[in-house]
Amino acid sequence: MIEVIEPGFATTVQDEGRPGHYRQGMAPSGAMDLASYRLGNALVGNDPGAASLELTFTGPRLRFTQAATVAVTGGDMPTFVNGREAKAWMEIDVSAGDELSFGFLRSGVRAYIAVSGGIDVPAVLGSRSTHALVGIGGFEGRKLTAGDILPTGTVRNQASSLRKLLPEHIPAFSGKVELRYVPGLFSYRLSTRGIDQFNGRTWTVTPNADRTGIRMTSTEGPLEFVDGERPFGAGSDPSNVVDAGYPVGAIQIPSGTEPIVLSRDAVTAGGYFTVGAVISADLDRLGQCPTNGTVRFVPVSIEQAAAARQASAKYLSAAIAALSH
Amino acid sequence: MALKRTNTGFNTRYTPAGDEFLFVEFDEAMSLEANLEIQEIAVRVLGEDTEGIIDICPANVSYLVRYDPDVVTFDALVQRLKKVERSVKAEGLEPFKTRVIDVPVLFNDPWTYEVLMKFRDRVQDPSKTDIEYLADVNGFGTVEDLIEAVTSAPSMATMTGFVPGILWSFQLVAFERQIQAPKYLRPRTETPERAFAVGGAYPVVYPSPSAGGYPMLGRAAAPIYDPAQRLKDFADDPAFVRTGDVLNFRSIDRAEYDRIQDEVAAGTFSYLQRPITFEPGVFFESPEPYCHHLREVLYRD
Repeated sequence: MIEVIEPGFATTVQDEGRPGHYRQGMAPSGAMDLASYRLGNALVGNDPGAASLELTFTGPRLRFTQAATVAVTGGDMPTFVNGREAKAWMEIDVSAGDELSFGFLRSGVRAYIAVSGGIDVPAVLGSRSTHALVGIGGFEGRKLTAGDILPTGTVRNQASSLRKLLPEHIPAFSGKVELRYVPGLFSYRLSTRGIDQFNGRTWTVTPNADRTGIRMTSTEGPLEFVDGERPFGAGSDPSNVVDAGYPVGAIQIPSGTEPIVLSRDAVTAGGYFTVGAVISADLDRLGQCPTNGTVRFVPVSIEQAAAARQASAKYLSAAIAALSH
Repeated sequence: MALKRTNTGFNTRYTPAGDEFLFVEFDEAMSLEANLEIQEIAVRVLGEDTEGIIDICPANVSYLVRYDPDVVTFDALVQRLKKVERSVKAEGLEPFKTRVIDVPVLFNDPWTYEVLMKFRDRVQDPSKTDIEYLADVNGFGTVEDLIEAVTSAPSMATMTGFVPGILWSFQLVAFERQIQAPKYLRPRTETPERAFAVGGAYPVVYPSPSAGGYPMLGRAAAPIYDPAQRLKDFADDPAFVRTGDVLNFRSIDRAEYDRIQDEVAAGTFSYLQRPITFEPGVFFESPEPYCHHLREVLYRD
């Protein structure tokens, strides 16, 4: 078991997510940076899909009641075992009574702690992911607080040699992020000029950013919409539409001013127009966009999105295959 | 008239939404006709060929499909869905089995009043409550007239989503009788569980405490979402209302509200509901008598 001494800013249990319930208004949840989460499981020898802890901005302080192997992946956050610095992106052995703690985040937003055996909270609708907005999954449907006791799964006998990721496979998280998206959905609500404005601007990530969505701003005025009479049921603002579904990664722009990229815990529907959705290969990077970092949106075709998806999958399997001892 | 579609020349849009979702827009304007076609398509797609499809989410006049691009390509999926659209449109809307449900609402209740008074700086007219403002902008003389309009004809659940358990409904009356509710200028950060509200042309019941931007008129007496599945209406699904359900919002007094709350607390409450076959052809031909008939079916002994 793991005892939570300090919870960190927003630490939740996450896994691959909970697909198949979108129509009931249930977003899929799951790790914001799936690649880092998956590499963590591979490093500690877990089966894919084992639940890990996702840390946001600041890490927790944890005490292990039994020996385990852990790995810290994702955003660059100094990691300490009993106060002594340990390396990220490799297995760390901890003994009963050891404390794991973290220093200040140096890049990215979120880090992951994979624990041998996985975090063994009950699965809800097929997943252990926390969906805090709805209050289900994870540890009691919420982020961790001091005093929580996390159960862990059965631990295999650990080999003495420790796995680590090759340096060339360690991702770098920058404060300047390009997010590729496929234009579609209600993009016709913007004029040609409005689309150019959206693609041309450099957007700044606001502190209004969490697992539901990431809001961005710019110093320039509203994007230009097409004129014309509003359809019945859409509402009077040019950014309103007849309420429709919001896919994960959808870019909604209320009043044409501040884009919000909806993330893995977002509401699943609403009445603001969406200009397109960020491609699956870049959703991990979205989850690592730092506050005050900058974002540019790059339109791509569905074919380019498919190629990027394959490239991401290839990187991940190559990185896992090359884990060295 | 927003029951039948107004723009019959509209070509359905099939667009990508990233590389894992596909978006299908049947119309830009709300119409019950387009909504019923979409509900029918969702039923057929789920019943027939779901290979590569993870989720299908019908909305008011559009739907969203989440798919696995490693199993099915965007183009192939569009071809499959267009085929279903063609056959639904060719065959016309068939009668379908659904339910008509009594939804008791305490209008002008003290709980939503307390919350809405906290947010008067976020609305168009801070001198009025939400229900007074809606009565005003919809041209009703009194709040009672507005309540009468909302409760005199049933609504159909046209869409789920946002958060689990919520539904959008659409009153089964002609365009000129639809209530129009401007949303808050800035959303509230608080909405009581079971608040009855209208946003745009859509009456909703909030399933659980949340933020929200729809003006609040009252509070439903019984839950529509029960994650613990304690009440018998929720045995199969924590969300009670399904798209296609016909909801008759009924104005109740405080004594009845309290009685229902007691039944809910005791675990004995169940909704008054009747199975019906909704006949789109008959309904579109003469909506008023058909709605009258649905209410008779619901309230006969």
